[in-house]
Amino acid sequence: MRHTLSIIVADEPGELSRIVGLFSARGFNIETISVGESLDPRWSRVTIVTSGDDRTIQQIVKQCERLARVREVHDVTTRPHIEREMALITVSASAGAERQEVLSLVSVFRAKVVDISHTQLIVEASGNKEKVDTFIELLRPIGVTDITRTGHIAINRLAARDDFPHADVTAQIA
Amino acid sequence: MNRVYYYLKRINFTILAYKARVILHESPKMIAQPEIHNHIATAVAAPTEMPTGAEMLIQALVYEGVDTIFGYPGGAVLHIYDELWRARDRITHYLVRHEQGAVHMAEGYARATGRAGVVLVTSGPGATNAVTGIANAYMDSTPIVVITGQVPKHLIGTDAFQEVDTVGITRPCVKHNYLVREAKDLPAVVREAFHLARSGRPGPVVIDIPKDVSAARSNCSRLDHVSFPFSTQPAPVDQSSAREALQQILNAKRPVLYIGGGIVNSGAVNSLLSFAESLRLPVTPTLMGLGGFPSSHPLCLGMLGMHGTYAANMAVAESDLLVALGVRFDDRVTGKLATFAPHARVIHVDIDPANIGKNVTPALALAGDVNQALNQFLIMLRDQSGEQLQTSICQREPWWDQIRYWQLSQPLRFSGSQRQIKPQTVIRELHRLTKGEALIATDVGQHQMWVAQFYPFTRPRQLMTSGGLGTMGFGLPAAMGAQLALPDQLVVAVVGDGGFQMTNQELATAVQYDLPVKVLIMNNGYLGMVRQWQEMFYDRTYSEVDISVAPDFVKLAEAYGAAGFRAQTPAELGAVMEAALRHKGVAVVDVVVSKEENVFPMVPAGADARQMITQ
Repeated sequence: MRHTLSIIVADEPGELSRIVGLFSARGFNIETISVGESLDPRWSRVTIVTSGDDRTIQQIVKQCERLARVREVHDVTTRPHIEREMALITVSASAGAERQEVLSLVSVFRAKVVDISHTQLIVEASGNKEKVDTFIELLRPIGVTDITRTGHIAINRLAARDDFPHADVTAQIA
Repeated sequence: MNRVYYYLKRINFTILAYKARVILHESPKMIAQPEIHNHIATAVAAPTEMPTGAEMLIQALVYEGVDTIFGYPGGAVLHIYDELWRARDRITHYLVRHEQGAVHMAEGYARATGRAGVVLVTSGPGATNAVTGIANAYMDSTPIVVITGQVPKHLIGTDAFQEVDTVGITRPCVKHNYLVREAKDLPAVVREAFHLARSGRPGPVVIDIPKDVSAARSNCSRLDHVSFPFSTQPAPVDQSSAREALQQILNAKRPVLYIGGGIVNSGAVNSLLSFAESLRLPVTPTLMGLGGFPSSHPLCLGMLGMHGTYAANMAVAESDLLVALGVRFDDRVTGKLATFAPHARVIHVDIDPANIGKNVTPALALAGDVNQALNQFLIMLRDQSGEQLQTSICQREPWWDQIRYWQLSQPLRFSGSQRQIKPQTVIRELHRLTKGEALIATDVGQHQMWVAQFYPFTRPRQLMTSGGLGTMGFGLPAAMGAQLALPDQLVVAVVGDGGFQMTNQELATAVQYDLPVKVLIMNNGYLGMVRQWQEMFYDRTYSEVDISVAPDFVKLAEAYGAAGFRAQTPAELGAVMEAALRHKGVAVVDVVVSKEENVFPMVPAGADARQMITQ
């Protein structure tokens, strides 16, 4: 099963490679990884999408927690959460029907055109992995010439009420 | 963001390999966060009075109570060696002949005393030669701090002379490592390094110091004002889990205590003894746990695992409750995991939470210090009435009958010989001559297993051996480190003719510093353990295991200025060994043993313990 782990680690040189090295040394899988500052710039948040049975995920969490500069590791997937990734897609579509088709897909997927030439467009799409995958699949027959995708980021949902922290109803909100 | 970019540049290829996609994102919520950087109160001083990085390093080491360093100098550590010379009345440096020897000596020192061992080596090959020892300490949870020189900062990344990415190379086999960029960081780094090496599950820490950092002058730091925010204090053992564990132990009909190196590291020997005795529980130690419970004690079943006793392995296989204390379910213990202790509920107590559930999922887990857990058991036992305890003990009578039957039917045994010296006899003789009191260090292989089987260890820290990594060449330098720490003790390195030749250059160090270790070479002219596997599992195809072309070990010892002895027949064995053990200085005994002796019992790798080959 896919899990999204959020790891808070000190923003010091080499700490990312400690985490990545741990994954490769122990045979854990990384599907995507993204790194950025957390609220406090002295700490980075590393978001890793990985897969494995419960025991493997538990091992990954514990092994990461053993690292001296890791402050906390949590499995975002265990609670309602929002996940996003972004893609920049270059599509070959000259003026006319092809371009109209791209633009209508862009509007359906709430994507954005960020650059355009006589023969090509660059569109920016974001959403969960499935949404971005589907968008790309639909563009492919028109002529996708390049794709660049970010890793996956995730965050736990807010509670519906402050005194009722992990209400399941929040999961239904888009 | 520059930092992130810098990370990516450094590990560009790794990241690409994982199809990594990096983006910047922010945390949404205020979280109370500890400080990352250590707070150091700095005393302002005039530039000329400011200490150099090397001076600060030495001061910090003295502050940690370091009086012994094992090392080998080189270009990148010249400033440190210069300072070390000035501090020679406070810190004694032992000049080794190879950096691997330095690390094993530090490990022997640490294993014999429980204190952190300290190593100082230069950049490049100095650091890479130390890696085997560092990995060994990591596997066996031995506290050591290794200081490596590095090329000056402006040369890092330029393939400079004797440059190697020490922090990168050692990263997977240390608890933590540092590349020190500023001299002013040194005091805090050293303090935290020692804290990390000693605390929790102990292990190695590497401090890589560029040459310009050891030379740079900086404000002096107050060592007593350093604090570290990354606390690694293990959580206290959960009371209710401890109560439940104890209840299960009291109710168990066929329990076994499976004990490991954690018992020794946490100083739990006495609490374990009281606990096992009060409930009459059978105890089986791992290789690293030997001495954690007296081997001669009637409750001790001997070592378990691949070359463990028949009774220990059968008891684990038939147990209904396996209480794992300070162990990590190593494959050399469990064999085939699917059939390991198939009828048992497992209670696992370990200070490293990552050990719990790694190989075996326990029914009950107690993450924390094993000594603390055992003491809680002992306190809770006071609430039990004498009658309850008696009932608990009595219900295990049939279990003990079964265990005694296994012990009697399949004791450790070997066939003696009038013509050849049997290696097992050598260990028995060593035990007799040393009255079981000597500190023993071993290499890795057949002789190591015979020591584990035939030298009953009675106290913790009596055996220094390479368990997890299985490092040939460990024995001699480890014995020297132990000897240095405990000068009044008799220290014997039991080694094979293979392993001895991997680090025998350290005889020079032993002679130079008058470390009167005794080296017992079990010389069979073979890489014995590999030969045994080839005999048993590869149709006796002895591929590349014949090392009978070897130096004359007696002459070799003499060439180094040590005394050399040789025993070739059973008749002369006792007298020769006695003379060697009585010798005041470094002594090497070449014991010519039977060539094709095998270690039994043996559970083949990956097999069920009940498929043990007994002879």
